[in-house]
Amino acid sequence: MEPHPTAPPAAQNPTEDFLIHARGLVKRFGDFTAVDGIDVDVRRGEAFGFLGPNGAGKSSTMRMIGCVSPPTSGVLEILGLDPRRDGPRIRARLGVCPQLDNLDIELTARENLTTYARFFGIGRREARRRADELLEFVQLAERADSKVEPLSGGMKRRLTIARAMVNQPEVVLLDEPTTGLDPQARHLVWERLFRLKQQGVTLVLTTHYMDEAEQLCDRLVVMDGGRIVAEGSPRELIERYSTREVVELRFNADDQRAYAEKLDGIGERLEVLPDRVLLYVDDGDEATAEVHRRSLSPASVLARRSSLEDVFLHLTGRTLVD
Amino acid sequence: MTAMLSVLEFHLVNYRRTWRSSALTTLVMPLLVMLGFGVGVGAYVEGGVGGVPYLDWIVPGLIASTALQAAVGEATWPVFSYFEWLKVYFAQAAAPLRVADILGGHLAFMLFRIVLSAAVFLAVAAAFGTLHSWWAPLTLVVALLVGLAVAAPTVAYAASVSSDSYLIILMRFAVLPMSLFSGVFFPIGSLPELLRWVAYVFPLWHGVELSRDAILGTSPGLLGLVHVACLLAWCAAGCLLAHVRFRRRLVI
Ligand SMILES: Nc1ncnc2c1ncn2[C@@H]1O[C@H](COP(=O)(O)OP(=O)(O)OP(=O)(O)O)[C@@H](O)[C@H]1O
Ligand SMILES: [Mg+2]
Repeated sequence: MEPHPTAPPAAQNPTEDFLIHARGLVKRFGDFTAVDGIDVDVRRGEAFGFLGPNGAGKSSTMRMIGCVSPPTSGVLEILGLDPRRDGPRIRARLGVCPQLDNLDIELTARENLTTYARFFGIGRREARRRADELLEFVQLAERADSKVEPLSGGMKRRLTIARAMVNQPEVVLLDEPTTGLDPQARHLVWERLFRLKQQGVTLVLTTHYMDEAEQLCDRLVVMDGGRIVAEGSPRELIERYSTREVVELRFNADDQRAYAEKLDGIGERLEVLPDRVLLYVDDGDEATAEVHRRSLSPASVLARRSSLEDVFLHLTGRTLVD
Repeated sequence: MTAMLSVLEFHLVNYRRTWRSSALTTLVMPLLVMLGFGVGVGAYVEGGVGGVPYLDWIVPGLIASTALQAAVGEATWPVFSYFEWLKVYFAQAAAPLRVADILGGHLAFMLFRIVLSAAVFLAVAAAFGTLHSWWAPLTLVVALLVGLAVAAPTVAYAASVSSDSYLIILMRFAVLPMSLFSGVFFPIGSLPELLRWVAYVFPLWHGVELSRDAILGTSPGLLGLVHVACLLAWCAAGCLLAHVRFRRRLVI
C-alpha cells in the first residue's frame, strides 16, 4: 500500500483561508465509529469531493459540516466559526442538499422554497423573487405551482438543490446530488453546479460516481471505514495510484487466472477478475502488442485511459463489505 | 422569536392547503354534539345538573374536551410523520433554526388550531343560547391551557415512539379514559375513588372545571388557582420533555 499523501502546506491563518477546517474529526454512534479522525481543508471557491463506498462515513461527515451533528471529538471550524457554539450562525451561510430529499411533498414547489427562505429571515417578497429565480435556474418554472408529491425523482432533486440556494450560501453541501437520476437529469444538475462554482460558490459533495467526481471536483478525498485513504485532484490521484492506461483482456475460459502467469511482467500491475484480466500499463498499444507476441489470443482487448474508478477500486477494494 | 414565527408561518402555509377539509369537522362536530347531547340525552336527564339544564351544563366540558381532541390530533400523527415519513423537521434543522424554534413554532400552530376549534364550539354554543355569563370567552384561555398541557407531552411521546401503532395505544389508554372520567358528561363525584384520581391527575378535568365556572358564571374560588397551577405544571413539564426528545432526534 502506498504511503498516505502529505497534507497541503498549512496556511498562516487557517480560519481565513479555509472555509472548512477539520483536524482529527471523529464521529461515534455508541460504540461504533463512523468517522475515525479525518483531516479536511476546503478552500473558498473550490469544489471538494468525498468519495467512498457505502458506510464509509461520508454522510456522517457532511452532517457534522452542516452543523446538525455535533462532532464526538476533534477540531472543526466552518467559516472560521465553531459549530458547537455557532450552529445557527453557520447554517445561515450554508446550503444543504441531503442524501434523501426532505421536501414537504404537500406544498407546491414554490411554497417549499418560500417557506424555507423565511427560516433564514428573508422577507416575503424577496423570498418569492428568489423562489421564482431559482425555479427558473433548475428548470422547474412551469411546475412552480404544482405539488411536490407527483414530481419525478429528478425534479425533486433539482428542487432540493434550489432550496439549498435560497439563502445565497457561501458553501453548498451536496450529499449524493445525482444518485438515482437519469443521464439527462444528471447532466443538467452538473451543468447547474458548475455554474454555481463559476459564481464563486464553494461546493462540497459526496458521490459514488467517478465521472461526477472527475467532472466537478477540483480536489477530493477517498474515504473508507471512516478514514481518509487518499487525497488530491482527480489527475493527481490517477497518477499516484494508477497507471496512465489500462488494458482489459477477456479470455475464452472459465478461469481467467490461468492466464495471469503468462501475462506476468507486462505493465506495473495485473489484476484478475472473474470475467477479465486488467493490465495496468503506461502504453496500452505497446502492452497489447506484447500480449500478441506471447501468442495469447484474448477474445477481446480494450485499451483505455486510467480513470478515477480504477483508483477508487484499487484503494477501497472490489469486494462488498456490508 | 422571528425564527419561531417563520416556523409557525410554515405550518400556516400548510394549513392553508388543508383547512377546507378540517373546517367541516370543526363546525359540524359541535352541531352534532349539541343536537345529540342537548336535545337527545338531555331529555332523559331531568332537572339537569345542580339546577342547570343538562345541555348548558355539558357545553363547557365539551369545549375543554374539544381542545383536548384538537391537541391530540395535531400532536400525534403530524409530529410522528414529520420525523419518520416526511422528514420535515430534519429539513428545518438544517436551516438556522434552533430546536426550540422548530418545536415552539409547531406548538404555536397547534395552539392556533386548538383555539380555533374551541372558538367555533363557543360560537355554536352561544347560538344555542347555552352561555350563562359574560365570562364565557375566558373558556378560550382555558382551552389554550388545556391544549398546551395536552399537546406538549403528546408531542414528546410522538417524538419518542418508533411506530405509529404506539399512537393508537395513547388514544385508547390515555385520551379515551381522560375524556370519559374528567367530569365532561357527569360530575366526577359519582366516580369511584380510583377513577376520580384520573380526573385529578390529568389535565382535562381542571380545564373542564374552569370552563364551567366561566360559562355558568360561578366563582372557582381558590380551587381555580389550583386548577391553573396543575395545567401550567403539565405545560411546563410537557414542553421541557418535548424539547429533550426533539433534541435527541434532531441533533445526532
Ligand atoms: N444515527 C446513526 N446511528 C448509528 N449508526 C449510524 C448513524 N448514522 C450513520 N451510522 C453508521 O455510520 C456508518 C457511516 O454512515 P454514513 O451514512 O456516514 O456512510 P456513507 O459514506 O454516507 O454511506 P452511503 O454511501 O451508503 O450513503 C454506517 O455504518 C452507518 O450505519
Ligand atoms: Mg451517505
